[in-house]
Amino acid sequence: MVDLPGRPSRRSFLKATVASAAVTSIPIGMPHAKAAELPSLDAYKPVYFDAAEWSFILAACARLIPSDGEGPGAIETRVPVFIDLQLAGDFGKAADWYMEGPHTPDANPLLGFQSPLTPAEIYRKAIPVFQDWCKTTHGDAFEKLDPETQDAALTSLEKGEVKLAPELRDFFSFLLQNTKEGYFADPMYGGNHGMQAWVHVGFPGARGSYTEWVHNYNAEYPLGPVSISGERA
Amino acid sequence: MARQDPKKDVVVIGLGWTGSIMSMELAQEGLEVLALERGDDRNTVPDFQYPNIIDELKYGIRYELMQKPRKSTLTIRHGLDDTALPYRHLGSFLPGDGVGGAGAHWNGQNWRPQEPEYRLRSYVEETFGADIIPEGMTIQDWGVTYEELEPYFDQFEKVAGISGKAGNLNGEIIEGGNPFEAPRSSEYPMPPLPHTYDADLFSKAAKAKGLHPFPRPSANASEAYTNPYGMQLGPCNFCGFCERFGCLNYSKSSPQVCILDALKRKPNFSYKTNSEVLKIEKADDGKTVTGVTYFDEKANEEVFQPADLVLLCAYSLHNVHLLLLSGIGQPYDPATGEGVVGKNYAYQMTGGTRLYFKDKQFNPFIGTGSNGISIDDYSISQIDFAKEGFIGGSYITAGQTNGRPIQSMPLPPGTPKWGKAWKEAAGEWYGRSMAIGSHGSNMSYRDCYLDLDPTYTDRHGRPLMRMTFNWKQNDIRMTQFMKARIEEIAQSMNPDMIASGYKKEGSQYDVRPYQSTHNVGGAIMGAERKTSVLNKYLQHWDCHNLFVMGASAYPQNIQYNPTGALGGLAYWSAAAIRKDYLANPRPLV
Repeated sequence: MVDLPGRPSRRSFLKATVASAAVTSIPIGMPHAKAAELPSLDAYKPVYFDAAEWSFILAACARLIPSDGEGPGAIETRVPVFIDLQLAGDFGKAADWYMEGPHTPDANPLLGFQSPLTPAEIYRKAIPVFQDWCKTTHGDAFEKLDPETQDAALTSLEKGEVKLAPELRDFFSFLLQNTKEGYFADPMYGGNHGMQAWVHVGFPGARGSYTEWVHNYNAEYPLGPVSISGERA
Repeated sequence: MARQDPKKDVVVIGLGWTGSIMSMELAQEGLEVLALERGDDRNTVPDFQYPNIIDELKYGIRYELMQKPRKSTLTIRHGLDDTALPYRHLGSFLPGDGVGGAGAHWNGQNWRPQEPEYRLRSYVEETFGADIIPEGMTIQDWGVTYEELEPYFDQFEKVAGISGKAGNLNGEIIEGGNPFEAPRSSEYPMPPLPHTYDADLFSKAAKAKGLHPFPRPSANASEAYTNPYGMQLGPCNFCGFCERFGCLNYSKSSPQVCILDALKRKPNFSYKTNSEVLKIEKADDGKTVTGVTYFDEKANEEVFQPADLVLLCAYSLHNVHLLLLSGIGQPYDPATGEGVVGKNYAYQMTGGTRLYFKDKQFNPFIGTGSNGISIDDYSISQIDFAKEGFIGGSYITAGQTNGRPIQSMPLPPGTPKWGKAWKEAAGEWYGRSMAIGSHGSNMSYRDCYLDLDPTYTDRHGRPLMRMTFNWKQNDIRMTQFMKARIEEIAQSMNPDMIASGYKKEGSQYDVRPYQSTHNVGGAIMGAERKTSVLNKYLQHWDCHNLFVMGASAYPQNIQYNPTGALGGLAYWSAAAIRKDYLANPRPLV
């Protein structure tokens, strides 16, 4: 049996069928299927980030979408893994973007992204600047601060109170956007582990067929999400 | 040294909606037609097939099917004294790329303009007086009338397979349709789609106010349908992955679903992908073009492709760019108002109000691109411009298109953007809001135009095009008028909260958030060669064997989505070429 790139093969269809047969035996009411064992985030070997950057990303994601309260946090959903893989890939490299000079990074923000740096380079250069600011302002590296102080530091970063060079000014917006992307994207990109974020909001994922529900007004949709690979929750 | 290929009767630049239409219509004449598409080949299978296409990150956020700015982009500035900077990654608008063009990944909101929109300047002058047109506004008549175009709208709607309900059949007003639409010669090819809960609530509220709700005309099929080319559509399944995605279900009208497989069976039609046209070549006499030079990516060389007839069918912005690069037609000069190429670039004025209901569940993932109920009570033909102090209008709609959670996570005003409160609000509110949107016109102005950038170049070393554009008071007044109307309707629906987003006094054009891929003008049609690029048949005034399709022909933007109008124009132009031009090639006006 030959798997053609980009085409669903009979083999992948069988794999999906086996996977769905396995999950149908899970009792109703269980919030999500048990996904395959993956290394803990501490044991994960980042593709793009170095150890210091990884510590920061884990800590920052844990505050942007924290684990306490209703719904999963960025850590349980493995959002940092998503960000690491995105920065190692085309997004991190700005592979599709027009990056020719001259650059005017301090231009009117309404004219959009104007940095000469790729998103991956912006993370790399901005994290140490923010860490230095945390040490100067709050007395320690970001990941060592208590959660309330971490929130205050991120708020300062968001409001532009942390002095970043103009070519780094989009750092916080990338960090927040990438965190939400990792929370809600299909699990095959490394985040949204177990589709927990989809379960949390009630998005059925890749089901992609709702004709009979169009006129079922104001009623809760009963089915949980499926992923592109056939995972169910 | 460029390779030279054997001559073709017709070369078509770009294989989106208009390129597919023109290729089919001229292939039916027995002509040898070659289409050159700069992007990749694309078809429903494998490119749009389930489940791979149901991938919000890849297609909806990283824009897999869109133009890559690295390959092609433009620069943007607000005013004549500013320095334009590159549109480095996509935001405000998303030009298509590849076979099918933007026609593969649009929402499918398919409209006909109103009668007065085609003769807007005359309509305003006759009805309200020329003195209400503000200084610097450069609106023009199109040089063609709705009445002339009507049979060709009908033709496009039958090919595309549009679902809807007529409101004006040959002058007779039909209950349940849009009573303010221009007269139609026949009913829509398919009945309206079913609509979602949000649209139902809006419809009832609008009706209670004495307004005239009707199903939004839709290029998402409501039933099984076979079009005049023998192409088949199946009923839409409301998958919620419409705009930014190719249709997995053969339901959304696109060149792929409606034309291309029938076209590819014609032995006198061929197409090449990854073939970006660099220049349209002008003949020595300046009265015709001789063909095009394109870059063949596979062969890594430039090719001169001679042709008797050149049809420029790229995205509107690229049509203008290519005319400027080719030196065809006089470039527009905003200082003098002279010249035509690049003149009257316009955009789309949109806004919306979101309604939050603690006790309602909208299941926002149940959606399709042109779902919903609209009203046209505040459309261009219904507004007293003199009284309201602006020229323009909008249609207003409720109808959810998607609940994809990265892009569509509207939360009540005051919700933090991150942290525990954001996360919990997402869980609580994801399914509990709906929107009412205004889709409005944008007038043309002396200092909103397109020319070549003095600094930035593309991968071929050609100057990028430069867009000079900003919002103007007239159009801001229009959208503020719509805000007031929409908020009245919204409040009557008793939501727990509302949040409005409209351009307001002082709003500047922001290229970052997505607004609309309805970039129009720059190669406008008109009644006089001095003030337009194209005559009423979309034929270039200077070079009679060059025809330019698409929304670049609009002298200002209509209040509707542009595709229905450009489909009708393409069939109108094709008919003129077939019936009149081919037998005796010459300027048709």
